[in-house]
Amino acid sequence: MRPIRWLRKNLVVVFGVLTLVYLIVPNLVVLLFSFNKPNGRYNYTWTRFSTDAWQHPCGVAGMCDSLTLSLKLAVYATIGATVLGTMTAFALARYRFRGRATTNMLIFLPMAMPEVVMGASLGTLFLNMRIQFGFWTILIAHIMFCLSFVVVAVKARVMSMDPRLEQAAQDLYASPTQTFLRVTLPLAAPGIAAGALLSFALSFDDYIITSFNAGNTVTFPMFVWGSAQRGTPVQVNVIGTAMFVIAVLLVLAGQLLGSSRRKVR
Amino acid sequence: MTTPETLNGPADKDAAATAVSGTAAEAPADAVRLTGISKTYGSFTAVHPLDLTVPAGSFFALLGASGCGKTTTLRMIAGLEDPSSGSVRLGGADVTALPPYKRPVNTVFQNYALFPHLDVFENVAFGLRRRGIKSVKKQVAEMLDLVQLGALARRKPHQLSGGQQQRVAVARALINQPQVLLLDEPLGALDLKLRRQMQLELKRIQTEVGITFIHVTHDQEEAMTMADTVAVMNAGRVEQMGAPADLYENPASTFVANFLGTSNLIETEVLGADGDTLTLGAAGERLTLPAARCRPDVTAGGRVLAGVRPEKITLAHADDADAIPAGRNQVRGTIVDSSFIGVSTQFVIDSPVCPELEVFVPNVERDGRLLPGAPVVLHWNPEHTFGLDAAQDIDAGTDTDTDAESGTASAGGGAA
Repeated sequence: MRPIRWLRKNLVVVFGVLTLVYLIVPNLVVLLFSFNKPNGRYNYTWTRFSTDAWQHPCGVAGMCDSLTLSLKLAVYATIGATVLGTMTAFALARYRFRGRATTNMLIFLPMAMPEVVMGASLGTLFLNMRIQFGFWTILIAHIMFCLSFVVVAVKARVMSMDPRLEQAAQDLYASPTQTFLRVTLPLAAPGIAAGALLSFALSFDDYIITSFNAGNTVTFPMFVWGSAQRGTPVQVNVIGTAMFVIAVLLVLAGQLLGSSRRKVR
Repeated sequence: MTTPETLNGPADKDAAATAVSGTAAEAPADAVRLTGISKTYGSFTAVHPLDLTVPAGSFFALLGASGCGKTTTLRMIAGLEDPSSGSVRLGGADVTALPPYKRPVNTVFQNYALFPHLDVFENVAFGLRRRGIKSVKKQVAEMLDLVQLGALARRKPHQLSGGQQQRVAVARALINQPQVLLLDEPLGALDLKLRRQMQLELKRIQTEVGITFIHVTHDQEEAMTMADTVAVMNAGRVEQMGAPADLYENPASTFVANFLGTSNLIETEVLGADGDTLTLGAAGERLTLPAARCRPDVTAGGRVLAGVRPEKITLAHADDADAIPAGRNQVRGTIVDSSFIGVSTQFVIDSPVCPELEVFVPNVERDGRLLPGAPVVLHWNPEHTFGLDAAQDIDAGTDTDTDAESGTASAGGGAA
């Protein structure tokens, strides 16, 4: 009787923990196998503990080059998509103009369209325009599909902002520039930050669209995919684990910052 | 520019205001002068060409139901709305073409519009900082003391109660020592008790700092309590302007008569004009109206609306009709309804001259015979009768009044 009662009381917690386990187990496996010393080329079975891969993260030919390239692409794509997307979001949220409804719909298209179709058609476009595939074609593609997410995130934020706050700023002697910097931007910042983070993550791990527009250039996801055919180096797990840890630390830092700010209030 | 040290110094106030407006205006008599100002949105006219002069140092109220154009008028003074025609002069200087941030006026917005990302101190300091004043600490502290919020300087707006937020909004505007402070339904979101308290507080602050206040409201009681001068607006026009008591005693239109308090309006025919008095007839009753209190120019045979306020009427049981002194206006009727509200009893009387006459009888010595169904005689001093143009809608201002009241109860009323 007792275990049943306990289960009834804690069912929500049990399901919560199980869901978390489900989400985190793959990451733990990646972490575990980053310390493996595999026999042969495939890192699929546990052999013995080793820190070799952690000591030589760039020990695999071409991997760190592709990682650098992907990080660079992600940063550029984030900046490009965030700036363009924020401006688009403000235009759509604040102004009435011809074609506004159409733009609103078209913005959603990259999110709704299958990536294969988008990647293939973009590749065809570049090919027909005789544009050399490489860094810039990938960047253009990434900015394009990140844009929608930034617009959606920022627009939601801007729409919920009280227009009277900006009027109040102007009433209190703030010029249009000061109003934007002191009131509009700080209020829209959470939306812009959400859009930027999404862009970074989407750009960094995109494979499908990139593969159609990369030519000979190899990004990190393409490297991992390519090496998986011939056997995965342990270093891939090292990079994966490092990314996971950095992401978790960023989230924790953000929450700590938020709660300490709340205390000061 | 000089940093004003005190709030009460009119010299400082003008110095601050002049520096902001960038024009050298000599101490003007009128704080605000609107000339032929209007606002149209497409085919809809929110404000008809309007002339309005607000004397410096006064507490001025723009009163009207939602949608009457009062908020639009206020926003045109602030520069947040471009007038379709006309000009805005502040202290003698034409500011019609100036953007809001170059006008020496500040606004207390409906629902306050406090910056949610800044604390109380920074909200109040915002205007000073934008004008490039570096040492704001002393002034902000003084201002927060004036509105009794010194202890809450580091709170964020969402951690304050409605009344506290309202005071921050007032402090944020007043610290700039504007030539004119504009208040847009500032008490609309507060509950009744707090509203009464804030009315007194705003009045105190206005007396203390001596700045001209222009207050937009739909609450006639609020306007009459606080303002020196009230302008009653209806459908984009100013119906009447004057001191609260004057507006109440001498309404110029049926809208004002019904919107400010309640009025009994009786449709009558002019039977005769004898020098200072008019004799009116309605359903066989005769009423006397001093000619001086009759708005329209009428002669015998013309029509006029005779009005009288419910509290001016005395109610007598029909059995006592003989005891009523001669020379008073008398109307017969039957009590339809009575409601006891403490200080007085409100009666509704069905009478041949008007099916719903209202009478407020103070509860001094209550007559037990005055029950629904009892025959009564209403009588009042003819001096308390006023005459209005019979061509008007007799019910103007009655429905809008109830709308506005219910609006307050739910969401603070929609602004015009």
